[in-house]
Amino acid sequence: MAYQGLRANMVSFRGHDGFQSEAYYARPTRPGKIPGVVVIHHMPGFDEWITEIVRKFAHHGYAAIAPNLFARFGTGSPDDVTARARPLGGASDAEVMGDVAACMACLRCEPNASGHVGVIGFCSGGRHAYLAACTIPQIDAAVDCWGGRVIVNNPADITVKRPVPPIELTEKLSCPLLGIFGNDDKNPSPNDVNRTEETLKRFGKAYEFHRYDGAGHSFFDWNRPGYRPEQALDAWQKVFAFLDKHLVATRRQAA
Amino acid sequence: MCSYIVKKAALAGSAKGPKGWMKIDTANIYYDHPYHAPFDHALGIDFVNEADGGRERVAVELSATAARELVRQILAALENGAKEHGLDGMSDDAPAYLT
Repeated sequence: MAYQGLRANMVSFRGHDGFQSEAYYARPTRPGKIPGVVVIHHMPGFDEWITEIVRKFAHHGYAAIAPNLFARFGTGSPDDVTARARPLGGASDAEVMGDVAACMACLRCEPNASGHVGVIGFCSGGRHAYLAACTIPQIDAAVDCWGGRVIVNNPADITVKRPVPPIELTEKLSCPLLGIFGNDDKNPSPNDVNRTEETLKRFGKAYEFHRYDGAGHSFFDWNRPGYRPEQALDAWQKVFAFLDKHLVATRRQAA
Repeated sequence: MCSYIVKKAALAGSAKGPKGWMKIDTANIYYDHPYHAPFDHALGIDFVNEADGGRERVAVELSATAARELVRQILAALENGAKEHGLDGMSDDAPAYLT
Protein backbone atom coordinates (compact mmCIF):
# COMPACT_ATOMS: atom_id res chain seq x y z
CA MET A 1 0.00 0.00 0.00
CA ALA A 2 1.58 3.29 -1.10
CA TYR A 3 0.39 5.91 1.36
CA GLN A 4 0.47 9.58 0.51
CA GLY A 5 3.51 11.39 1.85
CA LEU A 6 2.78 14.73 3.46
CA ARG A 7 4.41 17.72 5.02
CA ALA A 8 2.92 19.66 7.93
CA ASN A 9 4.00 22.74 9.82
CA MET A 10 2.85 26.01 11.38
CA VAL A 11 2.70 29.03 9.07
CA SER A 12 2.09 32.75 9.53
CA PHE A 13 -0.46 34.72 7.56
CA ARG A 14 -2.07 38.15 7.62
CA GLY A 15 -5.71 37.74 8.55
CA HIS A 16 -8.59 40.10 9.10
CA ASP A 17 -7.51 43.74 9.51
CA GLY A 18 -3.92 42.70 8.80
CA PHE A 19 -3.62 40.77 12.05
CA GLN A 20 -0.46 38.65 12.03
CA SER A 21 -1.88 35.24 12.74
CA GLU A 22 -0.92 31.59 12.52
CA ALA A 23 -2.27 28.43 10.96
CA TYR A 24 -1.52 24.73 10.76
CA TYR A 25 -0.83 23.68 7.17
CA ALA A 26 -0.48 20.18 5.76
CA ARG A 27 -0.18 19.13 2.12
CA PRO A 28 0.74 16.09 0.06
CA THR A 29 4.29 15.85 -1.23
CA ARG A 30 3.27 14.24 -4.52
CA PRO A 31 3.77 16.16 -7.77
CA GLY A 32 0.87 17.66 -9.70
CA LYS A 33 -1.89 20.12 -9.01
CA ILE A 34 -3.49 19.91 -5.58
CA PRO A 35 -6.88 21.23 -4.43
CA GLY A 36 -7.16 23.12 -1.16
CA VAL A 37 -9.39 23.06 1.92
CA VAL A 38 -9.62 25.59 4.72
CA VAL A 39 -10.44 23.79 7.97
CA ILE A 40 -12.40 25.97 10.41
CA HIS A 41 -11.91 24.79 13.98
CA HIS A 42 -14.54 24.08 16.56
CA MET A 43 -15.35 26.06 19.66
CA PRO A 44 -13.01 24.02 21.93
CA GLY A 45 -10.31 25.79 19.97
CA PHE A 46 -7.17 25.33 17.88
CA ASP A 47 -6.39 21.96 19.41
CA GLU A 48 -4.62 18.71 18.59
CA TRP A 49 -7.78 17.22 17.05
CA ILE A 50 -7.88 19.98 14.44
CA THR A 51 -4.25 19.32 13.50
CA GLU A 52 -5.19 15.65 13.05
CA ILE A 53 -8.06 16.68 10.76
CA VAL A 54 -5.73 18.87 8.71
CA ARG A 55 -3.31 15.98 8.28
CA LYS A 56 -6.23 13.70 7.37
CA PHE A 57 -7.06 15.99 4.46
CA ALA A 58 -3.43 15.98 3.33
CA HIS A 59 -3.45 12.20 3.54
CA HIS A 60 -6.45 12.26 1.19
CA GLY A 61 -4.69 14.50 -1.35
CA TYR A 62 -5.68 18.02 -0.27
CA ALA A 63 -3.60 20.99 0.82
CA ALA A 64 -5.34 21.84 4.08
CA ILE A 65 -4.91 24.83 6.34
CA ALA A 66 -6.55 25.61 9.67
CA PRO A 67 -6.26 29.20 10.92
CA ASN A 68 -6.02 29.72 14.67
CA LEU A 69 -9.21 31.76 15.12
CA PHE A 70 -8.33 32.37 18.80
CA ALA A 71 -4.84 33.76 18.09
CA ARG A 72 -6.10 37.21 19.10
CA PHE A 73 -6.58 35.88 22.65
CA GLY A 74 -2.91 35.13 23.22
CA THR A 75 -0.80 32.05 23.57
CA GLY A 76 -0.95 28.99 25.75
CA SER A 77 -2.54 25.57 25.78
CA PRO A 78 -5.69 25.37 23.61
CA ASP A 79 -8.02 25.01 26.60
CA ASP A 80 -6.45 27.97 28.41
CA VAL A 81 -6.73 30.15 25.29
CA THR A 82 -10.34 29.11 24.76
CA ALA A 83 -11.04 29.88 28.43
CA ARG A 84 -9.90 33.44 27.69
CA ALA A 85 -11.90 33.62 24.46
CA ARG A 86 -15.13 32.23 25.91
CA PRO A 87 -16.20 35.12 28.22
CA LEU A 88 -15.24 37.60 25.50
CA GLY A 89 -17.48 35.93 22.93
CA GLY A 90 -14.71 34.39 20.86
CA ALA A 91 -13.71 35.70 17.46
CA SER A 92 -16.17 37.89 15.58
CA ASP A 93 -17.73 36.73 12.32
CA ALA A 94 -15.81 39.50 10.54
CA GLU A 95 -12.52 38.25 11.98
CA VAL A 96 -13.25 34.64 11.09
CA MET A 97 -14.34 35.45 7.54
CA GLY A 98 -11.26 37.63 7.06
CA ASP A 99 -8.97 34.88 8.33
CA VAL A 100 -10.68 32.21 6.19
CA ALA A 101 -10.46 34.38 3.06
CA ALA A 102 -6.78 35.03 3.75
CA CYS A 103 -6.11 31.29 4.10
CA MET A 104 -7.98 30.60 0.85
CA ALA A 105 -5.68 33.10 -0.86
CA CYS A 106 -2.66 31.36 0.68
CA LEU A 107 -3.79 28.04 -0.76
CA ARG A 108 -4.34 29.53 -4.23
CA CYS A 109 -0.92 31.19 -4.16
CA GLU A 110 0.92 27.89 -3.86
CA PRO A 111 2.76 26.99 -7.11
CA ASN A 112 1.09 23.56 -7.26
CA ALA A 113 -2.43 24.79 -6.41
CA SER A 114 -5.16 23.45 -8.67
CA GLY A 115 -7.17 26.61 -8.03
CA HIS A 116 -10.06 24.74 -6.43
CA VAL A 117 -10.64 25.59 -2.77
CA GLY A 118 -13.29 24.41 -0.33
CA VAL A 119 -14.06 25.11 3.30
CA ILE A 120 -15.05 22.71 6.04
CA GLY A 121 -15.99 23.59 9.59
CA PHE A 122 -16.91 21.71 12.75
CA CYS A 123 -19.28 22.91 15.48
CA SER A 124 -19.04 26.74 15.49
CA GLY A 125 -16.79 26.17 12.48
CA GLY A 126 -19.71 24.54 10.69
CA ARG A 127 -21.69 27.74 11.18
CA HIS A 128 -18.66 29.65 9.90
CA ALA A 129 -18.47 27.38 6.82
CA TYR A 130 -22.12 28.17 6.05
CA LEU A 131 -21.46 31.88 6.58
CA ALA A 132 -18.35 31.74 4.37
CA ALA A 133 -20.31 30.06 1.58
CA CYS A 134 -22.74 33.00 1.70
CA THR A 135 -20.23 35.82 1.98
CA ILE A 136 -16.82 34.87 0.55
CA PRO A 137 -16.49 34.64 -3.24
CA GLN A 138 -14.75 31.82 -5.11
CA ILE A 139 -15.43 29.00 -2.68
CA ASP A 140 -15.92 25.85 -4.71
CA ALA A 141 -17.55 23.72 -2.01
CA ALA A 142 -18.51 24.10 1.64
CA VAL A 143 -19.05 21.51 4.36
CA ASP A 144 -21.01 22.31 7.52
CA CYS A 145 -20.42 19.69 10.22
CA TRP A 146 -23.10 20.17 12.92
CA GLY A 147 -22.87 23.96 12.91
CA GLY A 148 -25.17 25.37 15.57
CA ARG A 149 -26.85 28.78 15.34
CA VAL A 150 -27.11 28.86 11.58
CA ILE A 151 -30.72 29.24 12.68
CA VAL A 152 -30.90 31.55 15.71
CA ASN A 153 -33.68 30.68 18.14
CA ASN A 154 -32.57 32.87 21.04
CA PRO A 155 -32.34 36.62 20.30
CA ALA A 156 -29.54 36.83 22.88
CA ASP A 157 -27.38 34.93 20.37
CA ILE A 158 -27.45 37.97 18.07
CA THR A 159 -24.42 39.91 19.28
CA VAL A 160 -22.03 42.57 18.03
CA LYS A 161 -19.63 39.78 17.12
CA ARG A 162 -22.31 37.66 15.42
CA PRO A 163 -24.83 40.23 14.13
CA VAL A 164 -26.52 38.27 11.34
CA PRO A 165 -27.85 34.71 11.54
CA PRO A 166 -26.29 32.86 8.61
CA ILE A 167 -29.69 31.52 7.56
CA GLU A 168 -30.68 35.07 6.60
CA LEU A 169 -27.87 35.11 4.03
CA THR A 170 -28.83 31.83 2.35
CA GLU A 171 -29.95 33.53 -0.86
CA LYS A 172 -26.31 34.49 -1.40
CA LEU A 173 -24.95 30.95 -0.93
CA SER A 174 -22.60 30.63 -3.88
CA CYS A 175 -21.33 27.05 -3.85
CA PRO A 176 -22.57 23.50 -3.25
CA LEU A 177 -23.07 22.76 0.43
CA LEU A 178 -22.70 19.48 2.32
CA GLY A 179 -24.22 19.20 5.79
CA ILE A 180 -23.38 16.49 8.35
CA PHE A 181 -25.61 16.26 11.43
CA GLY A 182 -26.36 13.95 14.32
CA ASN A 183 -30.04 13.44 15.01
CA ASP A 184 -29.41 13.47 18.79
CA ASP A 185 -27.78 16.89 18.61
CA LYS A 186 -29.54 19.77 20.40
CA ASN A 187 -27.68 22.55 18.61
CA PRO A 188 -28.43 22.24 15.81
CA SER A 189 -31.53 20.27 16.61
CA PRO A 190 -33.23 18.12 13.96
CA ASN A 191 -35.83 20.87 13.66
CA ASP A 192 -33.11 23.47 13.09
CA VAL A 193 -31.69 21.28 10.32
CA ASN A 194 -35.18 20.88 8.82
CA ARG A 195 -35.61 24.66 8.74
CA THR A 196 -32.18 25.12 7.18
CA GLU A 197 -33.03 22.57 4.52
CA GLU A 198 -36.36 24.28 3.78
CA THR A 199 -34.53 27.58 3.28
CA LEU A 200 -31.97 26.02 0.95
CA LYS A 201 -34.76 24.46 -1.11
CA ARG A 202 -36.68 27.73 -1.22
CA PHE A 203 -33.69 29.46 -2.79
CA GLY A 204 -32.91 26.56 -5.12
CA LYS A 205 -29.44 25.95 -3.66
CA ALA A 206 -27.29 22.91 -4.40
CA TYR A 207 -26.94 21.01 -1.16
CA GLU A 208 -26.64 17.54 0.28
CA PHE A 209 -27.50 16.74 3.93
CA HIS A 210 -26.66 13.54 5.79
CA ARG A 211 -28.26 12.99 9.18
CA TYR A 212 -27.22 10.22 11.50
CA ASP A 213 -29.26 8.35 14.08
CA GLY A 214 -27.50 7.52 17.33
CA ALA A 215 -25.13 10.44 16.94
CA GLY A 216 -25.11 13.81 18.67
CA HIS A 217 -22.87 16.84 18.54
CA SER A 218 -19.26 16.43 17.47
CA PHE A 219 -19.56 12.73 16.71
CA PHE A 220 -16.36 12.78 14.62
CA ASP A 221 -14.20 13.63 17.64
CA TRP A 222 -12.52 10.46 18.86
CA ASN A 223 -11.38 12.24 22.04
CA ARG A 224 -14.95 12.74 23.24
CA PRO A 225 -17.58 10.44 24.71
CA GLY A 226 -19.82 11.49 21.82
CA TYR A 227 -17.60 9.78 19.26
CA ARG A 228 -19.59 7.41 17.06
CA PRO A 229 -17.19 5.40 14.90
CA GLU A 230 -19.72 3.80 12.57
CA GLN A 231 -21.49 7.05 11.78
CA ALA A 232 -18.20 8.97 11.58
CA LEU A 233 -16.67 6.53 9.10
CA ASP A 234 -19.72 6.77 6.85
CA ALA A 235 -19.84 10.56 7.13
CA TRP A 236 -16.15 10.93 6.27
CA GLN A 237 -16.80 8.95 3.10
CA LYS A 238 -19.58 11.42 2.28
CA VAL A 239 -17.24 14.36 2.94
CA PHE A 240 -14.51 13.07 0.65
CA ALA A 241 -16.93 12.02 -2.09
CA PHE A 242 -18.43 15.53 -2.02
CA LEU A 243 -15.09 17.33 -2.03
CA ASP A 244 -13.63 15.02 -4.67
CA LYS A 245 -16.62 15.79 -6.88
CA HIS A 246 -16.40 19.57 -6.51
CA LEU A 247 -12.70 20.18 -6.00
CA VAL A 248 -10.98 17.43 -7.96
CA ALA A 249 -13.27 16.28 -10.75
CA THR A 250 -14.22 19.81 -11.83
CA ARG A 251 -11.45 21.50 -13.81
CA ARG A 252 -10.83 25.18 -13.70
CA GLN A 253 -7.94 27.47 -14.48
CA ALA A 254 -5.88 28.31 -11.44
CA ALA A 255 -6.37 31.92 -10.35
CA MET B 1 -24.01 22.47 22.66
CA CYS B 2 -21.03 24.75 22.12
CA SER B 3 -21.64 28.19 23.48
CA TYR B 4 -20.03 31.41 24.56
CA ILE B 5 -22.67 31.78 27.26
CA VAL B 6 -20.84 32.46 30.51
CA LYS B 7 -22.16 33.40 33.92
CA LYS B 8 -19.77 35.57 35.86
CA ALA B 9 -19.44 35.84 39.61
CA ALA B 10 -17.48 38.68 41.14
CA LEU B 11 -15.28 37.19 43.83
CA ALA B 12 -12.94 38.17 46.61
CA GLY B 13 -10.40 35.51 47.45
CA SER B 14 -7.49 33.38 46.30
CA ALA B 15 -6.91 30.20 44.34
CA LYS B 16 -3.98 27.86 44.12
CA GLY B 17 -2.83 26.57 40.74
CA PRO B 18 0.35 25.01 39.36
CA LYS B 19 2.27 28.27 39.93
CA GLY B 20 1.06 28.74 43.50
CA TRP B 21 -1.46 31.05 45.09
CA MET B 22 -3.03 33.84 43.10
CA LYS B 23 -5.62 36.49 43.86
CA ILE B 24 -8.92 35.92 42.07
CA ASP B 25 -11.69 38.40 41.40
CA THR B 26 -13.96 36.50 38.98
CA ALA B 27 -15.40 33.08 38.35
CA ASN B 28 -16.43 32.36 34.74
CA ILE B 29 -19.06 29.64 34.92
CA TYR B 30 -20.43 27.74 31.95
CA TYR B 31 -22.11 24.48 31.01
CA ASP B 32 -20.56 23.05 27.87
CA HIS B 33 -18.33 20.31 26.45
CA PRO B 34 -15.43 19.68 28.87
CA TYR B 35 -11.77 19.27 27.99
CA HIS B 36 -10.81 16.64 30.52
CA ALA B 37 -13.80 15.41 32.49
CA PRO B 38 -15.27 12.31 30.82
CA PHE B 39 -18.73 13.73 30.17
CA ASP B 40 -20.45 15.07 27.10
CA HIS B 41 -21.28 18.23 29.06
CA ALA B 42 -19.86 19.57 32.29
CA LEU B 43 -20.15 22.57 34.55
CA GLY B 44 -16.93 24.50 34.06
CA ILE B 45 -15.60 27.06 36.48
CA ASP B 46 -12.56 29.19 35.66
CA PHE B 47 -11.27 31.19 38.64
CA VAL B 48 -9.37 34.19 37.25
CA ASN B 49 -8.04 37.62 38.13
CA GLU B 50 -9.56 39.83 35.47
CA ALA B 51 -7.93 42.92 36.93
CA ASP B 52 -4.58 41.35 36.04
CA GLY B 53 -5.71 40.41 32.53
CA GLY B 54 -7.15 37.01 33.30
CA ARG B 55 -4.35 35.05 31.63
CA GLU B 56 -3.96 32.51 34.43
CA ARG B 57 -6.81 30.41 35.72
CA VAL B 58 -7.65 27.66 38.14
CA ALA B 59 -10.19 25.46 36.37
CA VAL B 60 -12.59 22.72 37.36
CA GLU B 61 -15.00 20.63 35.29
CA LEU B 62 -17.85 18.90 37.11
CA SER B 63 -20.80 16.75 36.17
CA ALA B 64 -24.14 18.50 36.65
CA THR B 65 -24.89 16.27 39.64
CA ALA B 66 -21.53 17.02 41.21
CA ALA B 67 -21.98 20.75 40.64
CA ARG B 68 -25.35 20.75 42.42
CA GLU B 69 -23.86 18.73 45.28
CA LEU B 70 -21.03 21.24 45.50
CA VAL B 71 -23.52 24.10 45.77
CA ARG B 72 -25.31 22.30 48.61
CA GLN B 73 -22.09 21.58 50.50
CA ILE B 74 -20.80 25.13 50.02
CA LEU B 75 -23.95 26.49 51.63
CA ALA B 76 -23.77 23.86 54.38
CA ALA B 77 -20.12 24.68 55.09
CA LEU B 78 -20.92 28.38 55.34
CA GLU B 79 -23.77 27.73 57.76
CA ASN B 80 -21.85 25.28 59.92
CA GLY B 81 -18.71 27.40 59.86
CA ALA B 82 -20.62 30.46 60.92
CA LYS B 83 -21.97 28.59 63.95
CA GLU B 84 -18.56 27.17 64.87
CA HIS B 85 -16.90 30.56 64.72
CA GLY B 86 -19.72 32.58 66.23
CA LEU B 87 -20.26 34.54 63.03
CA ASP B 88 -23.52 35.50 61.44
CA GLY B 89 -22.38 33.71 58.25
CA MET B 90 -23.87 36.33 55.94
CA SER B 91 -21.10 38.92 55.80
CA ASP B 92 -17.50 38.75 54.70
CA ASP B 93 -14.80 39.38 57.27
CA ALA B 94 -12.47 40.45 54.49
CA PRO B 95 -10.89 43.90 54.52
CA ALA B 96 -13.17 46.46 52.93
CA TYR B 97 -10.81 47.05 49.98
CA LEU B 98 -11.33 43.43 48.85
CA THR B 99 -15.14 43.59 48.71
